[in-house]
Amino acid sequence: MSLAHDARVTVRPTAAVQRSRLRGWPEIDNPAAWAVAAILLIMPLIANGFFLIEIFATTLILGLMALSLMFLAGYGGMVSLMQLTIAGFSAYMVAVFGVSGNANISLGWPWWLAVPMALALATIFGTLGGALAVRTEGIYTIMITLAIGAAFYYFTNQNWAIFNGHTGINTVATPNFWGVNWRADIPFYYIVLAVAALCYFAVDYISRAPFGLALQGVRDNPRRMAALGFNVNAHRVAAYAFASFVAALAGVLQVWNYRQISPGSVSVGACIDILIIAVVGGITRPVGPFIGALIFVLLRTFALDFLVKLGLDGNRFRLLIGLGFLAIVFWSSDGVIGLWQSWRRRQRSGAGSSSGRRDRESGQRSSQGSRHG
Amino acid sequence: MDSVAQRLSVVGAGAALELRGVTRLFGALAALTDVTITVRPGERRAVLGSNGAGKTTLFNCITGDFPPSSGTIRFFGEDVTHFPPYERIRRGLRRTYQISALFPGLTVQDNVYLACRGVSRGRFSFLRPGQNDALMHAAENLVQAVHLTAVKDQRVAELAHGQQRQLEIALALAGAPRFVLFDEPAAGLSPTERAELIEILTSLPAHIGYIIIEHDMDVALRVVERVTMMHNGRIFKEGRPQEIESDPEVQELYLGGGHE
Repeated sequence: MSLAHDARVTVRPTAAVQRSRLRGWPEIDNPAAWAVAAILLIMPLIANGFFLIEIFATTLILGLMALSLMFLAGYGGMVSLMQLTIAGFSAYMVAVFGVSGNANISLGWPWWLAVPMALALATIFGTLGGALAVRTEGIYTIMITLAIGAAFYYFTNQNWAIFNGHTGINTVATPNFWGVNWRADIPFYYIVLAVAALCYFAVDYISRAPFGLALQGVRDNPRRMAALGFNVNAHRVAAYAFASFVAALAGVLQVWNYRQISPGSVSVGACIDILIIAVVGGITRPVGPFIGALIFVLLRTFALDFLVKLGLDGNRFRLLIGLGFLAIVFWSSDGVIGLWQSWRRRQRSGAGSSSGRRDRESGQRSSQGSRHG
Repeated sequence: MDSVAQRLSVVGAGAALELRGVTRLFGALAALTDVTITVRPGERRAVLGSNGAGKTTLFNCITGDFPPSSGTIRFFGEDVTHFPPYERIRRGLRRTYQISALFPGLTVQDNVYLACRGVSRGRFSFLRPGQNDALMHAAENLVQAVHLTAVKDQRVAELAHGQQRQLEIALALAGAPRFVLFDEPAAGLSPTERAELIEILTSLPAHIGYIIIEHDMDVALRVVERVTMMHNGRIFKEGRPQEIESDPEVQELYLGGGHE
């Protein structure tokens, strides 16, 4: 133990200096992040319409929903299964207040009125759900949010006056102004990319702001937070409000993407998909949900063909996702990010002596263990 | 160390902490029975007693971690019996925990920063602290005061036990504390670290009173002017350290097992 301690003391100072210098934006110094940003920006030059929308826009939308869960679970220690439900509620509200093929239901408001309304209502919906959920911890939070998700699914199935039952609301209008059809592939891709980037940076920024730090304090030790003067439940509810807003944004993009919304989009299975996406990607950093979403969308899109080629039922793509989920949870406590980080660590320490590596790794492991414990 | 009279002149008269008939039940078990204590502002007091005497429960009732089953608690004259913990903390009450209650996923600096932020405005701020953030400086000073500047960017999970105990104290001294409850701050410390602890306690500003739970008589009796003995959830004896130390009943209780 004392050896490990010494090793850390010699390793730390450089890392510490770096961290305080880059306290603002850790990505600015990372060439890989710049490369990803550049590729995302010029994507329409590389990818055709199918890839642009079905793969990348869909990834970013699902990633946004999973990002809202990552914010709650990673920083707040609250696993909410209703993030997709909040997005779905927002999508329904866009369809109900805006213009759609179901003229008897939709109020026909222009999009610039319908969207803020949908965002506000979905944020309130998620905040109220959160206010219920914060009275519980751990598995009970999961159960309450799952119950809210399931209740909303069955409600949309059975309510015809507003949600149009199991058929849902179809041919939802998408914005069209300044002579641009914003649902055309390329403009829509950029809208989705802009919203996703905004939310990503917002979550990253807030994680180092007092609100985000306090949320991580609540995750680590709620009782001590109360003994430091924080109203823990108010903090948790505020976190739900923020996460709900992110999920609501994703819901608006989703209904514009598919131009329809039906109970199938808010099913319990879909709620759990968001959890899988977040966990597979990794919930300690905001980039994780987007990585998880990309893996999920690629599997969902291509596993079918792949399985059929192998002579299996194409609908078994969930089996692949499930196996991948198992493997990742088994090998890494923090999804793909965790795998990546441990791989990088091994690369970097390959140069150093083997004993030094062992020390550092054991230090890392023990610190992780105590954190998850 | 200043005289009691000097300290009293700083803070004025009136009780800092006043417990009347405080009882706490856990089911049929009475962890505290009819506890009445008055502590003057700036007063420094030790609470002694064997395991299960109700010392930590007393702290939990004072901070509101557990509300008392009956009785009233006044903090600087204000009835805080039904206040949630955070309201009491914002009024200047602080505490440390017997088993370090820190934020292992955050750095030392962030731990102390949170403590400073908790007792000031802007707890929900979405804006990152800037270069000249006053609370950031306050946090840095506190980190320095408990000799942790060298490790301030390390995650707390990586700290040694003694360092965690020091951080535990730093968290309780953030902002403008008026009264602090120290729950066995010396637990698991080396003799050197104990000396540092005594130095930190005795150099606290005169207006800050505290109650300290401490098994180590050498530490306890050196940093307080009054001692309360607890036994089986009741106040057993109160007096000056010398009186308590030489009291035959206390000696029998402490040296002769304690449990019944």
